[in-house]
Amino acid sequence: MDKLLVGVSPHIRATCSTRTIMRDVVIALMPALIAAILLYGWRALLLTAVSAVACVLCEYLWEKLLHRPVTIGDLSAVVTGVLLALNVPVSMPIWQLVIGDMAAILLAKMLFGGLGCNFMNPALVGRIVLTFSFASNITDFSYPDKVADALSSATPLGVMDGLDWSYFPDLFLGVHGGVMGETCVLALLLGGIYLVARKVIKPTIPLCYMGSVALFSWLFGGAQPLLSIFAGGVMLGSIFMATDYVTSPFTNRGKAIFGIGCGLITAAIRVFGNYAEGVTFSILLMNLLVPYINDLTQTKPLGGAVEK
Amino acid sequence: MKKSKWNIFTNGIFKENPVLILALGCCSVLAVSVTVAGALGMGVALTFVLVCSNAVISLLRRLIPDQVRIPCFIVVIATFVTLVEMVVEAYLPSLYDSLGIFLALIVVNCIVLGRAEMFACKNSVGDSIIDGLGMGVGYIVVIVGIAIVRELVGSGTIYGLRIIPEGYQIGIITQTPGGFLCFGAAMAVLVYGMNRRGKKFEPKMGCENCAGCAAGGCSAQKTENDGKGADAQ
Repeated sequence: MDKLLVGVSPHIRATCSTRTIMRDVVIALMPALIAAILLYGWRALLLTAVSAVACVLCEYLWEKLLHRPVTIGDLSAVVTGVLLALNVPVSMPIWQLVIGDMAAILLAKMLFGGLGCNFMNPALVGRIVLTFSFASNITDFSYPDKVADALSSATPLGVMDGLDWSYFPDLFLGVHGGVMGETCVLALLLGGIYLVARKVIKPTIPLCYMGSVALFSWLFGGAQPLLSIFAGGVMLGSIFMATDYVTSPFTNRGKAIFGIGCGLITAAIRVFGNYAEGVTFSILLMNLLVPYINDLTQTKPLGGAVEK
Repeated sequence: MKKSKWNIFTNGIFKENPVLILALGCCSVLAVSVTVAGALGMGVALTFVLVCSNAVISLLRRLIPDQVRIPCFIVVIATFVTLVEMVVEAYLPSLYDSLGIFLALIVVNCIVLGRAEMFACKNSVGDSIIDGLGMGVGYIVVIVGIAIVRELVGSGTIYGLRIIPEGYQIGIITQTPGGFLCFGAAMAVLVYGMNRRGKKFEPKMGCENCAGCAAGGCSAQKTENDGKGADAQ
């Protein structure tokens, strides 16, 4: 009997931790960041770096101030900072971006108890605060020189009706106005494929999101399905923001409902709303519904009793 | 327990602050605290109504039948609100415009009705006036405090005086979300301060003074539930 060793469960451990997952997300964001630098110049890198540092610093100072264990090692603040930076136009003043970072980390994350307790995606909360505070700056899209003539005043979403397929390559490579990270579809897709291949995310949410945006945009407003996915923030939002572990449902069925809901709201805001883009609002709104989706899509334990 | 006059007065500012502890009258605090001038006007108007209605209701407390006390309170309060509204409209038209519907809504402000119900209808006239003053000052302190922060951060001015140069304002603070943020922060600051001052602070909802509850509200329900629990056992 002496040789029988019984350890405490869990007996099988995965090697991944919050840190490795967040590191993968940062790696997956790199193509988008590189694309942003190529399209908009070095200021894109500067903004991203400042934003990441500001987020980490906010988290560190808050935890020091409250004598809590410091959790900046899990890199989640870095992800938030990079995501928020990719969510603002390259012309955004730095102090405004830092205010967005503070809102994201302090307001949306730390006040609710840190990573895992935030009920909304911190980066998106930061973006919402920036949208409401500095509306003119966050929609002030500076244009890469190449298409300055072709699209001098409106983003692809703004001129949706006038788009045809000849514009498609530009759209795919991101040679048009928009926030830094959302324009280059190619880079975002590369990042998404990396995340799926590394099993960091399941493809359910992005696919359901994009599919429903395409479907509902076409149903509501007759938009060309592929263009409605490639334009605006759907790519960035569906791959990197809607899939946030903390603020998306657990089960695959729940993820599908979540993704379809996001797509429906996005399309509705785009077609019927005052705003040109509805990705931020749609993901935040669905974030609020996640606890209910989780409740409704609970999996039954194998062999568990059926509730009457 | 007989409270001293000073206790009744400070009760409204700290321990039973109508806005931050009892969470009454939040609607007007959130809506009107965008500018200091508006907040000050609103606070003074509310304090006036509060003091006057407390005094009159306290005077009439033996005449008002219990069954129809709420309509009676409302009539008294509405009288004073109408008075204030007319005076403000006549002499301070710009304030009248900036307060808008919220001036008239003092009629249904929970603080005024709450103090009538909780305090004025069973205390002497003098005490009721002091209570109204204390609650009014508590309200003014909170709404003006929030307004100073919101006007400074959101518009860069205090009482119309520019402090932060143009272009460095955080617009969200002047909008509804900013109102909620500042409101929550003010609540946290007050509770934090009270915790620091002495023993663990427990928010008091003022229920123990409430006439309505004893008759058919909270306490009656409680005994009913207790009875049920006993039956089940």
